[in-house]
Amino acid sequence: MIMFLIRRLCQALAVMFVISVIGFAIQGGLGDPVQQMLGPTASEAESTTLRHSLGLDQPLWAQYLHFAGNAVRLNFGNSYFFHEPALSVIARYLPATLELVAASALLTLVLSVPIGVFCAIRPRSWPSKALMGLSVLGISVPVFLSAMVLIQLFSIGVQVTLFPADTQWGNWLNQLLSIEGGMPAYGRGNPVHVWGVWYTNFASLQGLVYLLLPALSLAFVMLPLFVRLIHAEMLDVLESDYVKYAKARGLRPSRIYFLHALKNTLLPVVTLGGVQIGTLVAYTLLTETVFQWPGAGLMFLDAIERADMPLIVAYLMVIGLMFVVTNTLVDLVYRLLNPRVILTRSVA
Amino acid sequence: MSIQDPSSPTTWRRFRDSYFLYRLQRDRRAQICMTLFVAMMASLLLTPWLAPSNPYDLAQISLLDSELPPLWIAGSDPAHLLGTDAQGRDLLSTMLYGARVSIAIGFGAVLVQSLLGTALGLLAGYRGGVIDTLLMRMADIQLSFSTLMMAIVIGAVVKAAFGGAFYGDYGVAILILIIGLSEWPQYARTVRASVLAEKQKEYVDAARVLGFSNYRIMWRHILPNALAPIFVLSTVQIANAIMAEAALSFLGLGMPETEPSLGSLIKSGFDYLQSGSWWITLLPGLLLVALVLVINLLGDWLRDTLNPRLHRARHEDSR
Repeated sequence: MIMFLIRRLCQALAVMFVISVIGFAIQGGLGDPVQQMLGPTASEAESTTLRHSLGLDQPLWAQYLHFAGNAVRLNFGNSYFFHEPALSVIARYLPATLELVAASALLTLVLSVPIGVFCAIRPRSWPSKALMGLSVLGISVPVFLSAMVLIQLFSIGVQVTLFPADTQWGNWLNQLLSIEGGMPAYGRGNPVHVWGVWYTNFASLQGLVYLLLPALSLAFVMLPLFVRLIHAEMLDVLESDYVKYAKARGLRPSRIYFLHALKNTLLPVVTLGGVQIGTLVAYTLLTETVFQWPGAGLMFLDAIERADMPLIVAYLMVIGLMFVVTNTLVDLVYRLLNPRVILTRSVA
Repeated sequence: MSIQDPSSPTTWRRFRDSYFLYRLQRDRRAQICMTLFVAMMASLLLTPWLAPSNPYDLAQISLLDSELPPLWIAGSDPAHLLGTDAQGRDLLSTMLYGARVSIAIGFGAVLVQSLLGTALGLLAGYRGGVIDTLLMRMADIQLSFSTLMMAIVIGAVVKAAFGGAFYGDYGVAILILIIGLSEWPQYARTVRASVLAEKQKEYVDAARVLGFSNYRIMWRHILPNALAPIFVLSTVQIANAIMAEAALSFLGLGMPETEPSLGSLIKSGFDYLQSGSWWITLLPGLLLVALVLVINLLGDWLRDTLNPRLHRARHEDSR
């Protein structure tokens, strides 16, 4: 286990090294910072002095060491737009994104386990057929589209005028099928201030209402994958001998399904979950754009529009670190849950 | 697929007797999907003749017609079956032309990633050793970042480096390259796995004894036997590439509004959702979902047909 830990940490460090090289290449390779800082009218002597003071006349490896040293000390330079350290800008925007990810991960978990288990227990009933069909559809719907449908349905509302309005039944049907809307679809509302610097949406009812639509649309990305996975694993487990034996012993079905069987389907769910947390962060870019959610994703897209290099690089490094940490943790948890994992497999 | 000589008189016969056709004739859902897919492809190929108007031709567009609703809603114009968008372009025509762009990028990106991934996967699987370790570590790293994130990052860097105008001019090529580069590990892994299995077989030993070059053994002997999984993967990857393109376009890292794909149509229509013109954004979205869904369903079916054990094997691998 210790060897595995060390090996995995070395891998994580190697990956961080690659990411930092990419970050360095982006920062160094794009545009000339000297010209950006001095403007086109600067004299030759001025730019040479600045170039020297910035260390840009040194060889590449020395520049990289400088960059990496700063990165380790969490210094990515000042954002061109905000005129403050890039990392503190990210620290201001990241909590909103993390809250969104946490809320949608929670929603995914709460919804996918009962649905997946139900579909596996009653594979031939019509609700489970409908749910499995919906899961295929769900994989094919891009997240920004489901977000827009949610906005149309629950924020803008739908007025059905399909049936004749001059008859009583037509009026009644129109009313029944229309949706009022009115849910907030833009921004975070007024997040509550807790514990020093943290503004949260979880602490008030209004915050939760603002959180609901974005989190739901983000959850629709993962939900079909998880439902399908839990369904498939559960079907396998229900065929196994120990479940048959548990049934033969006369245990209560709910105990068999949710204690004995579900426990053994969790392993792949943990793996997929860990990997998908990263994907979820990528999809926040889309969700935050649709809902104008003031998180790190929206900030990153704005930074691209403004060619704000320090902010772009800092965002990439932070997200890269998040990916690496979650992947390493997932591997460790996986290994703890399943001691049969062969060590060499992760290297091959 | 693995037919070497298309001029051989048995080609048609081999198709007629194939397991593929046998399965297709017995699966209603696959038939529906196949029909829909062929119909969509045909209508996209014939778009210049089918579309009611040409959305790129400014002479045919009138701003007075903007934001007309589809035919079944009061206030519509019978000339525009699905209504018009905010610039007065006929929505049906714009959607057809947009889907063409989306499909072209989807196929192009899959071509790039399959060539790159297959070459690298063959190399890794056949040579083994340091090359294998290096390539597969690279693939692992790239896959551990979601491919969408990868594509967004590359797109962002390209846009920041060359500016928006350049991006707009070469949109299709850039998107094909971005999506191709971010998804190659999928192919490399699949190909490497089948190469490792094929490498053990006697025909490879025989070819080596006969003195064929490594290059020839890789491409002419092993690759044809590893084609089925590549083919299956390709269908799913086309759907993925179309989704990725839509996502990139929606973020403003894709096709410009002057030559819109489905993604950029959805993006430009989104601004009018609040004013009640839902069709500008939701109808192209519906077409996108239909396209991706049909391709995904076909991919599922192909996977079960071409290799009944593949699904099973992959499943067991995951625990």
